[in-house]
Amino acid sequence: MKATTTADPGAHPVAKTDGGASLRRWWTSESNEFAGRNLGLLGVLVVLVIIGAVTRPDLYGDPEWVRNNVFTILQQASAIGVVTVGMTFVIIGGGIDLSVGAIMALAGVWATTLATQSYGPGGMIFTAIVVGIGAGLVNGLLVSYGRLVPFIATLAMMVAARGLAASISGKQTQISQSAVINDIATTKILGVPLLIVILALVVAAGWVLLNRTTFGRRTIAVGGNPEAARLAGINVRVQTLLLYGLSGLCCGIGAIMLTAQANSAQAAMANLYELDAIAAAIIGGTLLSGGRGTIIGALFGVLVFSTITNLFAINGLSTESQNMIKGGIIVAAVLIQQFRFGSLTKLFSRTAKP
Amino acid sequence: MDDNVILKLTDVVKTFPGVRALDGVQLEVRAGEVHCLLGQNGAGKSTLIKVLAGVHRPDSGNVEWLGKPVEFANPQAAMRAGIATIYQELDLVDGLSVAENAFLGHEPRRLGFIRRGETARRTREILGRLGHAEIPARRPVHRLPSAGKQIVSMARALSHDARLIIMDEPSAVLAHDEVGNLFRIIRELTAAGIAVVYISHRMEEIREIGDRVTVLKDGRTTAAGLPARDTPTRDLVTRMTGRTIEYVFPDRVHADAGTAPLLDVTGLTRHGEFADVSLTVRPGEIVGIAGLVGSGRSELLETIYGARRADAGTIRVGGRALRPGSVGSAVRAGVGMAPEERKSQALLLDEPIYRNVTLARFARFARGGFTRAGAEASASADVAARLDLRPPDVRRPVRQLSGGNQQKVVVGRWLVGTAARNDSPEDQDRFGGTPTRLLILDEPTRGVDVGARSDLYQLIRDLAAAGLGVLLVSSEVPEVLGLSDRVLIMREGSVIREAPGGELDEEAVLDMIMAGSLTTGALAAETDTTGTTEGEAA
Repeated sequence: MKATTTADPGAHPVAKTDGGASLRRWWTSESNEFAGRNLGLLGVLVVLVIIGAVTRPDLYGDPEWVRNNVFTILQQASAIGVVTVGMTFVIIGGGIDLSVGAIMALAGVWATTLATQSYGPGGMIFTAIVVGIGAGLVNGLLVSYGRLVPFIATLAMMVAARGLAASISGKQTQISQSAVINDIATTKILGVPLLIVILALVVAAGWVLLNRTTFGRRTIAVGGNPEAARLAGINVRVQTLLLYGLSGLCCGIGAIMLTAQANSAQAAMANLYELDAIAAAIIGGTLLSGGRGTIIGALFGVLVFSTITNLFAINGLSTESQNMIKGGIIVAAVLIQQFRFGSLTKLFSRTAKP
Repeated sequence: MDDNVILKLTDVVKTFPGVRALDGVQLEVRAGEVHCLLGQNGAGKSTLIKVLAGVHRPDSGNVEWLGKPVEFANPQAAMRAGIATIYQELDLVDGLSVAENAFLGHEPRRLGFIRRGETARRTREILGRLGHAEIPARRPVHRLPSAGKQIVSMARALSHDARLIIMDEPSAVLAHDEVGNLFRIIRELTAAGIAVVYISHRMEEIREIGDRVTVLKDGRTTAAGLPARDTPTRDLVTRMTGRTIEYVFPDRVHADAGTAPLLDVTGLTRHGEFADVSLTVRPGEIVGIAGLVGSGRSELLETIYGARRADAGTIRVGGRALRPGSVGSAVRAGVGMAPEERKSQALLLDEPIYRNVTLARFARFARGGFTRAGAEASASADVAARLDLRPPDVRRPVRQLSGGNQQKVVVGRWLVGTAARNDSPEDQDRFGGTPTRLLILDEPTRGVDVGARSDLYQLIRDLAAAGLGVLLVSSEVPEVLGLSDRVLIMREGSVIREAPGGELDEEAVLDMIMAGSLTTGALAAETDTTGTTEGEAA
């Protein structure tokens, strides 16, 4: 990377790869722009932690507490983080998925019915994932073959899936009897809570899928310029279908995680997760119009949100003011990003654009 | 100083990060003249227009408007001062009516309410002045053809009482007869003392409508105020390029008439677009289609490529039928297409060059679903070197390239894996899957500067010489005639004539495609695939 960006124009742009160099390239991020943006978000996180340390020096003085608090933040971010990975794919692919919260509720409720629970924890996980993928594929079919606008198709799914979840559960909270499921929330692997491990695995898989596979390349092409993708022989419809299926899969995984955390599922769970996931993806630098985005950025977006929640919790502040701050953060993050990439003059002559 | 001079630019400089877009521009426009601006893509024409239109402010240099130094803070200021700009991508609001567009931003109003009747009346008056009273003032703009939209843009310019109208390639979206009408309007405007700055790549237009020419190269004025009619083309081209080239078409290497057709289309029909078209392309042969916009030529190409589904007929490549309406099937069979609109139909502008080059092929580089960026980049670098892409750094975003180089990327996409003539067989084997055998080019040189144009011509010929079949469409008749081994002439959805490229002259072709004097009935039946169709019917 470095060699090619600084090479003089006459030089051969790409050296023939030897084994070591190609491995290094495999891990190198493609885009410096995204790297800079992610650094900015890291800075925001650091600032939030400093605010926490300043406001509650008593708590931050205790290393044991700090470690546990980091785990708390990450665990709170785990389910929403998994869903945000799927959302990021959908948005990069030129769509939007408003139904993720509802699909999580449907998958959670379906997985915790008495009938499903009789098949044991394996049956419950299988059910949640199949329901998630199934609902996602319905979204995908409506968008790609039904030619519905993604906003409308997933809005309909959002309403319908919540309705179905309420009807299946009889509006009751369904307790999970499975110790295996409930233990997901408490198990630690090498001292790290399992939920965080799942989040890390999903994020890593998402990063590889987006940046290093043909699936990811097709996603960027389809979202960046669907007509060009089509005329290059890419099957835009199938790709769109798969993207919504992927988002559904993430919802299924997220539903299990939420169910484990609450030891139960109900039709109202994962409320407004779609908005949090979209906000996290956008803060992370994913273009709402499609074609560009980053998984790592989206993860940072989720972490910023859950750190703010944590900040308010340790200071005993209300969720109302917390939501107002969240709104402000979304606007501020996007403004800062625009500022970074447009020069001062551009900002001031904004009206002057043709 | 000449009293007639209304606009005078001296030593205007404008830099963007990393680029010196304007590097000392001189321009002098007189009232009532058509002043043509010539220059290759990237010469600074667009930046210059935007400086005049108030979009950009120059870093240094003087802009004198009506004898006073000015600096426009924004486009509104330029417009109020009497400079109107008609951009190539017409900036009209589709959902609004003709009248609302014409007066957008300065609607006649009373007490904050728009006076709709007054707006419509004044629009009709302006349309009348433009000789287009037949355009209904209240019709939504999206229901007008391109030519109509251009008239509305001009009406907007006149609604501001513009003294200078800048037209950025106004003829690019127009058919031949509509250009004539545009010129009539321009003449009327200049007769009324309005100056026009006219930008076009087409030399014959500049000869016909222009009074004086200013040539830009690399952000500098290399010639100012040359007479448009008498300056030899060679002089202008030399000043644009710094070298002497004209539209030189490389020599044909005739394809062997005996070989089996690579592309065999029979009875292809799409209702309302084209009917019963049959054609063949042999390996190594360049077949050109001449026809007006709306003759069905682009639709035909897209149907052959599978981007549209035919209502009837068959398409065979290398003897095997393609699945109807499937681009994937065509690509797998070795067909590639460079579509008409490269930005909207072909490129991912923010993605690196190499990813655009391999857009149709990245899966073939992949191993087990994992992409191999290094292999893609090095294959793309090979293609970039073959095409003389500038700059050759394939990790740059495509957006940073000039139009001509972007077009090279679009064509180059289909050359990944097709070896250059002197490549070894191992090089050809290195790359699995069917390499491109048939290249479909829709307007391959639209908006492409002279230098890149010659490169593309040479490239197309080289590809044919290496055994590829080429099927191309162009609005520029000399291009079709100069490049093609065989020419098909389309009118109103039918192929009305087929002849070897050397047997037709420009005038005859124009005559035919523009509802000319030939009787079409007898000729439509002539679909002699050997390319030896004879003679003149007139």
